[in-house]
Amino acid sequence: MSERPALGRVRGYGSAKEGVREWWAQRLTSVALVVLGCWFVVSLLSLPAHDHATVTAWIRGAWTAPMLIIFVLVCVWHSQLGMRVILEDYVHEVGWKTLCLAASSFAHVAIAVLSVVAVLRIALGSDG
Amino acid sequence: MSAPETSGAPARVRPLSPHLTIYQMSRYSLLSSIVNRASAIVLSLGQILLAYWLIAAASGARAYGRAAAVLASPMLKLVYAVLLAAFAYHLIAGLRHLVWDTGHGLDRARSRQSAGWVLALSVLLAAALILWVLRGAGPR
Repeated sequence: MSERPALGRVRGYGSAKEGVREWWAQRLTSVALVVLGCWFVVSLLSLPAHDHATVTAWIRGAWTAPMLIIFVLVCVWHSQLGMRVILEDYVHEVGWKTLCLAASSFAHVAIAVLSVVAVLRIALGSDG
Repeated sequence: MSAPETSGAPARVRPLSPHLTIYQMSRYSLLSSIVNRASAIVLSLGQILLAYWLIAAASGARAYGRAAAVLASPMLKLVYAVLLAAFAYHLIAGLRHLVWDTGHGLDRARSRQSAGWVLALSVLLAAALILWVLRGAGPR
């Protein structure tokens, strides 16, 4: 089955067949974002005004909230994967790299949660 | 061409991409790669603005009015223009990457050619989007 020396296997050298997972996620999210990103920009620019009444009425529209939530989640996911690659390429010192990656992950999760909660609050009409 | 040794780097070390010391990128691919990453960073930061805007909208008309003072400021209008330009570039450069992923257009001549197309099309798209905003009821 394997001709690799035992030491190499123990140290985890070689493919675990999981290396393409994030690569694939980055591609899937980019394909989705071609559609979602264009939808978001066109919708935003199509609004007749950007005052509170217009914006909340738009978000309360039948399809806006689900689309907006999907857009935010896919966007944040794509962004987290991409920022991770950029940080790994340019921040080499282990301590800094760990700190930057952790901060980036926390920030992405925070943005996703805050955005989705805001959309839900508007769509379900608990405020404003 | 000195190929790097397939050294016994532990599997935990994730791959890095711009090995600038051993890999000579052409001026065009280097520029398009840098701009693509720059636009990615701009759009990532834009998500903060998006979250702020959504939270303001969810916090009621009065809170939204206070946020609008910031969101409609001239400084922020410049930011929206930059965001739209970054969106235009990242969208079209991303489509180029997706074509590359199918194995097409990777040779030197065609990647140089497509870098030019990406730049031209994204400038056109960015201009169209910014003009749309300027002609409309006014941004935000």
